[in-house]
Amino acid sequence: MTMTDPKTALQPVDRVEPRTRLKWLRDMMLIREFELRTMQAYQEAKIGGFCHVYIGQEACAVGCIAAANPDDPVITAYRDHGHALARGMEPRYAMAEMFGKSGGCAKGKGGSMHFFDQRTHFYGGHAIVGGQTPLGVGLAFATRYENEVLEQGAKRITLCFLGDGALNQGALHEAMNLASVLELPCLFIVENNRYSMGTAIERGTAMAHDLSTKAAAYGMPYYQADGMDVCAVYNVMKRVIDRARAEQAPAFVEIKTYRYKGHSMSDPQKYRSKDEVAEYEANDPIRRLADALIASGDLDEKAFRALSQSVRDEVRDAIAWAEQSPEPDPAADLYRDVVREPFGPYGPTTPPEMCGHEPGAVAEE
Amino acid sequence: MSAATATTTRQIQFREALREAMSEEMRRDPRVFLMGEEVAQYQGAYKVSQGMLEEFGPRRIIDTPISENGFAGLGIGAAMMGLRPIIEFMSWSFSLVAADQILNNAPKMLYMSGGQFGCPIVFRGNDGAGGQLGSTHSWAVEGLFSNVPGLRIAIPSTPYDAKGLLKTAIRCDDPVFFLESERMLGNKGPVPEEEYLIPFGVADIKRAGADCTIVSFGRPVHFCLEAAEKLAAEGIECEVIDGRTIRPLDIDTIIESVKKTGYCVVVDQSWPFGSVASEVAAQVYERAMDYLDNRVYRVCSDDVPAPYSKALEQAMLPHAGKIIEAVKKAMYLA
Ligand SMILES: Cc1ncc(C[n+]2csc(CCOP(=O)(O)OP(=O)(O)O)c2C)c(N)n1
Ligand SMILES: [Mg+2]
Repeated sequence: MTMTDPKTALQPVDRVEPRTRLKWLRDMMLIREFELRTMQAYQEAKIGGFCHVYIGQEACAVGCIAAANPDDPVITAYRDHGHALARGMEPRYAMAEMFGKSGGCAKGKGGSMHFFDQRTHFYGGHAIVGGQTPLGVGLAFATRYENEVLEQGAKRITLCFLGDGALNQGALHEAMNLASVLELPCLFIVENNRYSMGTAIERGTAMAHDLSTKAAAYGMPYYQADGMDVCAVYNVMKRVIDRARAEQAPAFVEIKTYRYKGHSMSDPQKYRSKDEVAEYEANDPIRRLADALIASGDLDEKAFRALSQSVRDEVRDAIAWAEQSPEPDPAADLYRDVVREPFGPYGPTTPPEMCGHEPGAVAEE
Repeated sequence: MSAATATTTRQIQFREALREAMSEEMRRDPRVFLMGEEVAQYQGAYKVSQGMLEEFGPRRIIDTPISENGFAGLGIGAAMMGLRPIIEFMSWSFSLVAADQILNNAPKMLYMSGGQFGCPIVFRGNDGAGGQLGSTHSWAVEGLFSNVPGLRIAIPSTPYDAKGLLKTAIRCDDPVFFLESERMLGNKGPVPEEEYLIPFGVADIKRAGADCTIVSFGRPVHFCLEAAEKLAAEGIECEVIDGRTIRPLDIDTIIESVKKTGYCVVVDQSWPFGSVASEVAAQVYERAMDYLDNRVYRVCSDDVPAPYSKALEQAMLPHAGKIIEAVKKAMYLA
């Protein structure tokens, strides 16, 4: 599977309504806006700890998740805001989590790197590089076990996202080997943004020029997609997912993408040139999809402005909601959620406020 | 012990007790499966899972490659989705390469996800020195892992306790580290035919006595009993408390005993610095300082890597001789 020429038109998408592509556009715009405001809030010291934004990579999460079923498990690394939102977590719970508030998706106990959403089958946000990949294989094991031992449920596949830096972690290699020998429907999706922190992929990864070798080592099919084109991501993933679902087998996907911002909030970015960043920004997945929809007559400038306004409003509301959400109460909350069966100093476990709502259907105050 | 009074009690090996616990729970709950190195076709590296492949089939008794980090993580992912994995480590010594999964993920997932994703998983395998295996294979991991919040740690000393505690572990909605001992797998003991469970956090007084309290966990409990037997011949009656679980720790039973005896010796096969014994001693001081007639004495492994030589290994591990000496010192008799 080859990449589209980034300078030309987007890949045509089979059997996808313009309405759906408009939704992808909005999803990507929402993630972008959410993260611009995240950066701002970080500067204002409303967010602490480590925080990694996804700006530039939105087409990866949106395209992959669009191609999956809503109950296919999703798991990723610490750069997780985009995946959680693409899956349907309401921005308010995501923002409140970063603000460390009790209304956060993890009640302020996880932070930016540890988003979780049971309702949308989003299994986290994992901050040890590569550590999520054995878990992803376990999710795939469980879906197969449900089908074959418990004899329930439809066939599912697991989307297990990782960064290019995780290619060099033993955990990934153990995970891929296990997925292969146990025949588990886990899709290892490498978001290759060319850097792990300040290390260019060529400096840290053998065979960086040909990652299909990684897949070959474990007997898995390899696919590649242009991560700056959400339609290309969708097209590739649709085929990968359909096949993995039917065969209940693993696959390895490399999505070529780029992050526009620093690795985290404190990164002087000495390892790359401004020109390189500008080159990718000129090829922005959001702008490209908007242009394509305008060219096909499915969107006009006025509707685009309205869309921009609506995501701005949604994120502004999310911030307002997060700000008014109460701080966790150390006396009540510190010793809760440690265990499901309380003992000693540990209190009971309760789901976050978010779990009382249907995904995407937050009641307005 | 209720085992002694049950009418249909048999003498079975420790490994058989473990197998019965797993098999009964697998018959009861189809979400339970067993995974690990050599658990299926080989019938268990130590024959704990012998025959289970035949009964439950390859979808529930699953051989893995030698990838502890990988299959530990696989189990945790499956547990997040509601399955009930039993993950066997051939030895807890090998769990160290799975440290990220078993320490970062299993015990903290529920907290980090704000109460959304629990980990009902059991990790089990041999702990403590085997027979002259050298330092890499002789880990007593309780000292390391009892420092981690979110975990339960069970460490039985008899077939009866092993079965009842393992069944509780498998039914637990939270992660459990279950520490067995290769040196005890062949030990026989009374186990009733009838089903029973042993709750966590309930110590067992393996021998009653009014003169000195001895607290221990796992295999060294037997050395304590041996020491108590010899001390009894000298007229010193020790109360031997088998903690059975380290987390939760049944400190109440220990405190009750110390209030009665006024003396306390803690015997623990992990290394002394920051050990389980240190924790028990600290809690005894916090709760029963005024009842103590002497300081708490600890008997741990010597603070050196586990050696190969039989003589050196024996010298390093807790044994009856060291325990007798500690009891006598504690009671101002030496
Ligand atoms: C085991 C481990 N080592 C180091 C780190 C620190 N660290 C966090 S992110 C990162 C770079 C990872 O890069 P990549 O996998 O390419 O993901 P990206 O940041 O590009 O999304 C490093 C070194 C960590 N979190 N975990
Ligand atoms: Mg990267």
